[in-house]
Amino acid sequence: MKTLLWVEHEDGGIKDATLSSVTAAARIGEVHLLVVGYDVGAVATQAAAIAGVQKVHVADDVAYAHALAENVAPLIVQLMAGHDVFVAPATSNGKNIAPRVAALLDVMQISDILSVEEDGSFTRPIYAGNAVATVRSRDAKKVVTVRGTAFDKAAREGGSAAIETVASTGDRGVSAFVSAVIVRQERPELTSAKMIVAGGRALKDSETFAQHLFPLADKLGAAVGASRAAVDAGYVPNDYQVGQTGKIVAPEIYLAVGISGAIQHLAGMKDSKTIIAINKDADAPIFQVADIGLVGDLFQVVPELTAKL
Amino acid sequence: MKILVPVKRVIDYNVKPRVRADGSGVDLANVKMSMNPFDEIAVEEAVRLKEKGVATEVVAVSIGSAKAQEVLRTALAMGADRAILIESDAEVEPLAVAKLLAAVQAEEQAGLMILGKQAIDDDSNQTGQMLAALLDLPQATFASKLEVAADSVTVTREVDGGLETLKLDLPAIVTTDLRLNEPRYASLPNIMKAKSKPLATRAVADFGVDVTPRLETLKVTEPAKRVAGVKVADVDELVAKLKSLGVAA
Ligand SMILES: Cc1cc2nc3c(=O)[nH]c(=O)nc-3n(C[C@H](O)[C@H](O)[C@H](O)COP(=O)(O)OP(=O)(O)OC[C@H]3O[C@@H](n4cnc5c(N)ncnc54)[C@H](O)[C@@H]3O)c2cc1C
Repeated sequence: MKTLLWVEHEDGGIKDATLSSVTAAARIGEVHLLVVGYDVGAVATQAAAIAGVQKVHVADDVAYAHALAENVAPLIVQLMAGHDVFVAPATSNGKNIAPRVAALLDVMQISDILSVEEDGSFTRPIYAGNAVATVRSRDAKKVVTVRGTAFDKAAREGGSAAIETVASTGDRGVSAFVSAVIVRQERPELTSAKMIVAGGRALKDSETFAQHLFPLADKLGAAVGASRAAVDAGYVPNDYQVGQTGKIVAPEIYLAVGISGAIQHLAGMKDSKTIIAINKDADAPIFQVADIGLVGDLFQVVPELTAKL
Repeated sequence: MKILVPVKRVIDYNVKPRVRADGSGVDLANVKMSMNPFDEIAVEEAVRLKEKGVATEVVAVSIGSAKAQEVLRTALAMGADRAILIESDAEVEPLAVAKLLAAVQAEEQAGLMILGKQAIDDDSNQTGQMLAALLDLPQATFASKLEVAADSVTVTREVDGGLETLKLDLPAIVTTDLRLNEPRYASLPNIMKAKSKPLATRAVADFGVDVTPRLETLKVTEPAKRVAGVKVADVDELVAKLKSLGVAA
């Protein structure tokens, strides 16, 4: 079996989500990567160095600069003539592109795989992770997206794959990039952080959120996350949201502050190694999954904790 | 301009799903069901566009059992003008749903199709993108803002690093994220009015789409359960715990 894995990259660097997907793809078969973008020669070189990669296809064109699904999907469909399984990380780009590819190939996609089983079936979470389905595809070709937290990251070094240039399929001319507001975090990225400090509705407003959680996170070298309620209320931007419909994280330590523990939130963080909760309500559902709980008012507890670390 | 809004009947988001002991799936007997929350956001957006005079008609479509009429009535009560139910007692996968919706679009010729980004039961996050592919139309997924012009729509999307804005030619497909709007509650008079709005029932066979499942679910299991751990009495104890985990100075 030959897999074709779409490479998630940004600012000339390959994202960690790609590395987890390489591990998943290697369980399925031979790993071929596809680097699509504009001015991505350096990305292709990095891709070829990833351990376990057999081949790198590169398509470099200004039409691919913003990963528009309308432009990227036809290229992938063309390359799938020579591959059996299309793989993409379940990132916002991967989730945007893969189903478009699947429909063009007349294939039913398997989203967010957690494992590749011996018999060729896959497991995937359903119902906000409250159930895990084992599914097998009857399609000749397959399309899967990969949950990054479920697979170890492949090593960035050790491979020496051949790089092959693919001709551009051009701009379909039906969609255009207008602008982006991408927040460059000085803190670790949520999906790959070893530790996360996350805040909920209890943090009141953006100043209070920043004043309480940022110093704590910085002392711990942690990334900062949030519940939907905190994002909806504008305490922090949307890309901080952890949960069923936000980011899926599994750090060594997840410290939830003033978060109640709704199933949609738990869906995004319950695979964390150690969960710590600070909440003033001793009956908050978050304590049912927390390894360590502290019942108390965060406005007293958090500054004290930050001071004592 | 006409707007097509597909809606799905799913387990209510407040209900904790229970896996059947025999591994055959999630138990939905006597469980509260509702419109998928992302689809409510889609209906709300379409209705607002109609209220602003941008859209002329809002058509809600559901593929599901006869009970899916309930969510179509909800859409009508929120302000959709008419509804189409494509009846199927068997589960229909996203690819087949997209094919049925493409067939509906061939009849309806809507200028805009707004879908929820994912259904909270199978969490697939596929139908909108698949529909766009089948119709060869542009797509903007995970929308948090939408501005419709004469022949284009400008959409702000929630992406991993923040926000991205795209401009698509119409007709186009948009999928909703949580912050696009806050859906209204249907008022009692509107719920009453919705009862007399047109709801057409069609059969899958009318559309000549093969809905045979491509995926076979071998089993459904419960994920590993976490158990509640210890409670610490104060910050000093918490600091000690953190130290034992190898963090903190
Ligand atoms: C379709 C859908 C998708 C969703 N997706 C997500 C998702 O991806 N991620 C997500 O997080 N949510 C999601 N939600 C929302 C989810 O259902 C909850 O509403 C949300 O997680 C609640 O956020 P919260 O815990 O911050 O707020 P609340 O539930 O209001 O909890 C606040 C907590 O703070 C505690 N508190 C208050 N004051 C203090 C204090 N001074 N000190 C200490 N503790 C205090 C309270 O005891 C309470 O437990 C989704 C909902 C829907 C319908």
